[in-house]
Amino acid sequence: MSSVLYDAPGPRAKRRNVLLSILFFVLLALLLWWLWEKMDDKNQLEWALWEPFTTSQAWTTYLLPGLADTMKAAALSMIIALPLGAFLGISRMSDHRWVRVPAGAVVEFFRAIPVLLLMLFANELYVRSSDISSEDRPMYAVVTGLVLYNASVLAEVVRAGILALPKGQTEAAFAIGLRKGQTMTSILLPQAVTAMLPAIVSQLVVIVKDTALGGVMLGFTELLNARSTLAANYANVVPSFIVVALIFIVVNFILTSFASWLEGRLRRSKRGTGAVLAPDDVEDNPAAIPGSYGTGQAV
Amino acid sequence: MFDFLEGYDVLAAFWLTIKLTVFSAVGSLVWGTMLAAMRVSPVPLMRGFGTAYVNIVRNIPLTVIIVFTSLGLADIFGMTMGASHDFNLQGFRLAVLGLVAYTAAFVCESIRSGINTVPLGQAEAARAIGLSFSQTLRLVILPQAFRSVIGPLTNVLIALTKNTTVAAAIGVAEAAFLMKEMIENEAQTLAIGAVFALGFVVLTLPTGLLLGWLGKRLAVKR
Amino acid sequence: MKLRKVSAASAAVLALALAATACGSDDKDDTSSGSSGGGDKIKIGIKYDQPGLGLKEPDGSFSGFDVDVATYVAKELGYEPNQITFVETKSADRENALARGDVKFIAATYSINDERAKKVDFAGPYLLAHQDLLVKKDSDIAKGADLNGKNLCSVTGSTSAQNVRDKIAPKANLKQLGGYSECISALQSGAVDAVTTDDSILAGFAAQDKYKGQFKLVGEKLSNENYGVGVKKGDKATVDKINAALEKMVSDGAWDKAVTENFGPAEYKNEKAPKIGVIVK
Repeated sequence: MSSVLYDAPGPRAKRRNVLLSILFFVLLALLLWWLWEKMDDKNQLEWALWEPFTTSQAWTTYLLPGLADTMKAAALSMIIALPLGAFLGISRMSDHRWVRVPAGAVVEFFRAIPVLLLMLFANELYVRSSDISSEDRPMYAVVTGLVLYNASVLAEVVRAGILALPKGQTEAAFAIGLRKGQTMTSILLPQAVTAMLPAIVSQLVVIVKDTALGGVMLGFTELLNARSTLAANYANVVPSFIVVALIFIVVNFILTSFASWLEGRLRRSKRGTGAVLAPDDVEDNPAAIPGSYGTGQAV
Repeated sequence: MFDFLEGYDVLAAFWLTIKLTVFSAVGSLVWGTMLAAMRVSPVPLMRGFGTAYVNIVRNIPLTVIIVFTSLGLADIFGMTMGASHDFNLQGFRLAVLGLVAYTAAFVCESIRSGINTVPLGQAEAARAIGLSFSQTLRLVILPQAFRSVIGPLTNVLIALTKNTTVAAAIGVAEAAFLMKEMIENEAQTLAIGAVFALGFVVLTLPTGLLLGWLGKRLAVKR
Repeated sequence: MKLRKVSAASAAVLALALAATACGSDDKDDTSSGSSGGGDKIKIGIKYDQPGLGLKEPDGSFSGFDVDVATYVAKELGYEPNQITFVETKSADRENALARGDVKFIAATYSINDERAKKVDFAGPYLLAHQDLLVKKDSDIAKGADLNGKNLCSVTGSTSAQNVRDKIAPKANLKQLGGYSECISALQSGAVDAVTTDDSILAGFAAQDKYKGQFKLVGEKLSNENYGVGVKKGDKATVDKINAALEKMVSDGAWDKAVTENFGPAEYKNEKAPKIGVIVK
C-alpha cells in the first residue's frame, strides 16, 4: 500500500492519519445519519414502499422487461455502430484527401451534438416520414441517436488503436509486398482490435446509460420508463428511483470490471504488441498511462 | 425562411445552456480535484470514499442523477438551494448540482491519470527535500498533472456542455427543452434540428480547438 | 494465434449481445402479433401509468375507467376480453398511432378539442372531467386564487400548468416534474401545496391504497375536459358503433358501476354521464 507520493508513515504521521480517518468517518457518518433521518421523516423508509421489490411480479412485469429493452437498444446500437465506426475511423486515415476530409467532418459533427438532440430529431423524422409503428418508433429513434454518436466515438477509438501500433508493423508489411488494403485488413486491424476491446466494452457502459435519455424524453419503454409505471402502481417514487439506480450500477459495474479484466489480460499477454487502449482512453482521458504510482486502487 | 424562429427565444435558451455549463464546469473542477486528492491520499478511508464515489456515480445515468436532485434532494432532504420560492431558480441550481456531482467523477479520473504521467523522480525528489504529502501534491505533482490533462479535461468539458441538455428533464428551459417544444409546435423539423445542431457545434468546436491548442502549448516537454 | 483469441473474445461479446437482442424481440413479438392476426384481435390504446383510468397492474392485467370503457365498447364491437391487446399510447403519440392504424381506437384521457378533431375523429364524450386541485386533507386552499404564492406541481409542459399560470393564479410557484406520480409524491412530502390536472386523474391517485384518506379534491372546475374515444379520421362507421356502445353502457348501468369502482374511494363527485356528441366548452 506504499505510494511514492508519501513516505511510509512514522509514528506522528500514523497518529495524524488515524485522526484524519476518524474525523472523515464522523463527517461521513453524520451525513448518512442525516440522510437516513430525513428519509424516515418523510416516511420513505416504510416497508410498504420497499416491499414490492421483494415480490416477483414487480420484476417480471416492470423492471425486467424494462431492463431487457435497455439492453436490447444498447446491444443493437453497439452492433450497428461498431462497423460504421471502423469504416469512419479507417476512412479518416486514408491517403486520399477526398475520403479523409468528409469522414473527419462527419465524426467531428456528430461528436459535437448532444445525443438527446439526435434522438429527439430522429424521433420526429420517423413520425413524419417513415412507416414505423408508434410502438417501435421510440426504440428506432434511440438506436439511431446512439449509433450516430457512438459510431463517431468508435471511429476515434479505431483510429487511436491503429495509431498505437508500432510503426514497424506497417513497414514490415510493406516490405513483404502487401498492399495498403492488405496491410490494414490482415496486419493492422487484427492487432488493433485486441488493443481496442477494453475501450469498446467501456463505451458500452456509456451506451447503456444513454438509453435512459430515451425513456424520459421519448417514452421509450426502457428501465427508467418502466420505473414510472411501477411507481404509479405502488406509489413509491423515491424508492423506485433508488432501486433503478442500483440496477444500473450493478449492470455497468459488471461491464466496467469486464473491461478492466480484459485490459489487464491483454496487457499481460506476451504475444501482443503491448499496445492497449485503457477503457477510459477515448471518452474521458486519452492521457491515461498505466499506473506508475502504486496507489493500489482497482478501477 | 427562418420565420419558424419567431416567438421563440433561442438565444436565451442557449444562454441558459452556457450558464449551466460554466457553473457546472467550475464546480466539478473543484470537487473533481478534491476527489482525485482523496484517491491518492495516505488516509485509507478517504481513498476508499474516492474510489467508491467515482465507481458509483460513473455508472448511474445522468438522467437519474438530475431527476433525483429534484425529487430527492429538494423534496425529501429539503435542500432548497436558497431558492425555496422560485422553482425555476431552484431547478437551475439543482441541475448544476447534479451536473457537478456527475462530471466530477470524470474530472477526478482525468486528473488521476495526469498524476500518473508525472515521472516518479519528481515525487521522489520532492520527498527527498522533505516536502509533506500535501506539499508534494500542491507544489510539484498537480501543477504538472494539470498541464498534461488539458486535453482530457477538454473532452470532459465538451461532454458536459452536451450533458446540460439532460436538465430539460426537470424543466430547466435550456436548448433541448426549447427544441422539444418547437418540434412539437412547428412543421419545419429539419430546420429546427439544424439550428440547434449548429448552436452546439458553435459552442463545442471552438472550445475543443482553443483548449487543444492551449494543451499543446502548455504540455510539459519530456 | 492472436487472431483466434481475438475472434473468440469478440464472438463472446457478440453472442451476449445477440442473446440480449433475442430475448427482447421475443417479448415484442408477443405484443405485436395482434396486428397481423387480423379479424379476431383488436388493439386498443390506453395509458399504463394512471391509476383509476389506465394502469398496468403487477400481474400484467389492466385496470381503470378507460380500460372498463374500452373493454365494454370492444365487447359491443364483437371482441371478447381475451381478444383485446392493450397498447400504451403516450399523450404525444395518440394522433400518430390512430393515423397509422396501429390501434383501432384510443381511450386514454383523450380530451376532445378543435386542434385534435382536425386530425382524428372522436366518439363520445364518455366522461366530463375538469381541471382541479388535489391538496392535503388539512389544507386551507379552497379555490384557484388561493394558489397565489403557494407551491404547485404539474407535469412538464402540460396544458393545465399553463392554464394556472395564465388565468387562475399567476403568482403560483410552479414546479414541473416528469409525471403525476412524482407530483403526488412531492405533495405527500410537503414540497408542494397542490397538484393540478384533470380531477379524474387526481381522483385515481388519491384512491390508491397508499394515499387513501390523505388528500382531497378542492372541487374547482377550472376547465372542461370532454374525454372522447379517438378513432382514425374518416372512420364514420366505427364512430357510430362506439357511440351506440357508449349509450348502451350508460343505460344498462355499467357506466355508473365503472365510475364507482374506479373513483369511489376518493370522494370524487363525478358529472352525470355526458350526452353523446354534446361537448361542454
